[in-house]
Amino acid sequence: MEQMIRQVLADYGRLPVDAMTLDVDADLYRCGLTSHASVNVMLALEDAFDVEFPQELLRKKTFESIFAIEQALSGLVTSDRVSSV
Amino acid sequence: MRGDAGLSDRVHALALEYVAPAADEVDRDARFPKESIEALRSERLLSALVPANLGGGGARLSDIAAVVAELGRHCASTAMVFAMHQIQVACLVRHGDTAFLTDYVREEVVGGEALLASATTEVGIGGDVRSSSCAVEAGGGRFRLHKQAPVISYGQFADAILATARRCETSPPSDQVLVLCRRPHLSLEPISDWDTFGFRGTCSLGFELDADDVDDCILSDPYADISERTMLPVSHILWAHVWLGIADAAVSTARAHVRREARKKPGATPPAAVHLAELMAVYLPFRAVAEQVARHFDESEHGTDTLGSLAFAIECNSLKVAASTLVVDIVGRAMRICGMTGYREDSEFALGRLLRDAHGATLMVNNDRILANSAQMLLVAKEA
Repeated sequence: MEQMIRQVLADYGRLPVDAMTLDVDADLYRCGLTSHASVNVMLALEDAFDVEFPQELLRKKTFESIFAIEQALSGLVTSDRVSSV
Repeated sequence: MRGDAGLSDRVHALALEYVAPAADEVDRDARFPKESIEALRSERLLSALVPANLGGGGARLSDIAAVVAELGRHCASTAMVFAMHQIQVACLVRHGDTAFLTDYVREEVVGGEALLASATTEVGIGGDVRSSSCAVEAGGGRFRLHKQAPVISYGQFADAILATARRCETSPPSDQVLVLCRRPHLSLEPISDWDTFGFRGTCSLGFELDADDVDDCILSDPYADISERTMLPVSHILWAHVWLGIADAAVSTARAHVRREARKKPGATPPAAVHLAELMAVYLPFRAVAEQVARHFDESEHGTDTLGSLAFAIECNSLKVAASTLVVDIVGRAMRICGMTGYREDSEFALGRLLRDAHGATLMVNNDRILANSAQMLLVAKEA
């Protein structure tokens, strides 16, 4: 799952740093993630994991780090799908 | 001051005595409405939004919004200066919870009724307030900031300016902080004039800003959070009330004109009366929505996380776009009702200043930018 998140960040996060080597706890906003880019990241994650973020997860905190994204997705993706990722 | 009916009476009296008499001169000479701001200061209204436990008036945002609209009926420039000041106060009291910033609020904003201004845009950035090129240089307990600001409304009359900048020299453009730049640790060098179609009294010159002060002046919350939770919603709500005040003035003028026509021929409804009825059908929903969004903000202070939600951001953006478009429509309708007496500058029904001020509404933070921002949020926002 973490690798797929990193790939989405690399493709849509428009970060000035390498998403592949970023610390899982690094603050993505401090790394240059804009609110504009975070919406694209959200859409790409929904597509990649075939999930929909519910209203209560649509906030800045959900996307503040790779770890936070993984936490949010873990609650949405069924356990079967996680193991196949 | 909570729910204080006396507040609107006080502001109404103050507006008639100080704000209205100066309005035409403020507009003609593009000068700062100093007597209006002085009157607001001596009534302790500059600190009205500061919580009571810090010595302020403890007003709700909807109370402040009502004051802004009342001022806007008489002088849109005064209303805008007051609104912009309150936006900065809101940012400070909601995001400056350190001992240093709390002391500043208590001693300067309340004790000194300090006037606060804002420097969010930057030369070379193109109007995107969520992006900075200048950076805070901090070290040894102090900071330095140099910023080229294309506009700082009433900058030369302000006691302090809240400026955005990158967190440090290595930060990306979107990683911003908000910095309190206080006189006398602040210098402003004008780089452009302010000679505009409307809102001429806000004196929104461009400045080269230099600040050198203790690093306690840097607000600890990231600007992204301050913007989302306070600056954007409060700006949209208070600006909408400036425009509501302009609309109020236009509607009052149109009503007075129709009444005068009716008195000339009792028994025959003047032709313009039906246009006045149409005008009310545009104006009243505008007023209702502006007041409703202000109430939503106040209600969200207790408990739920409405302020960080996409739904509330879309609501505020939509208010800005609707209100700024409707105010031009409303003044235009009032002009058609009043006819040539509205078009004349020397009549009691003159609407020229209102029309010029109204046109600023769609431009200050351009509606295209706001709509693009809402469009993006609508891609992911779920219906409530």
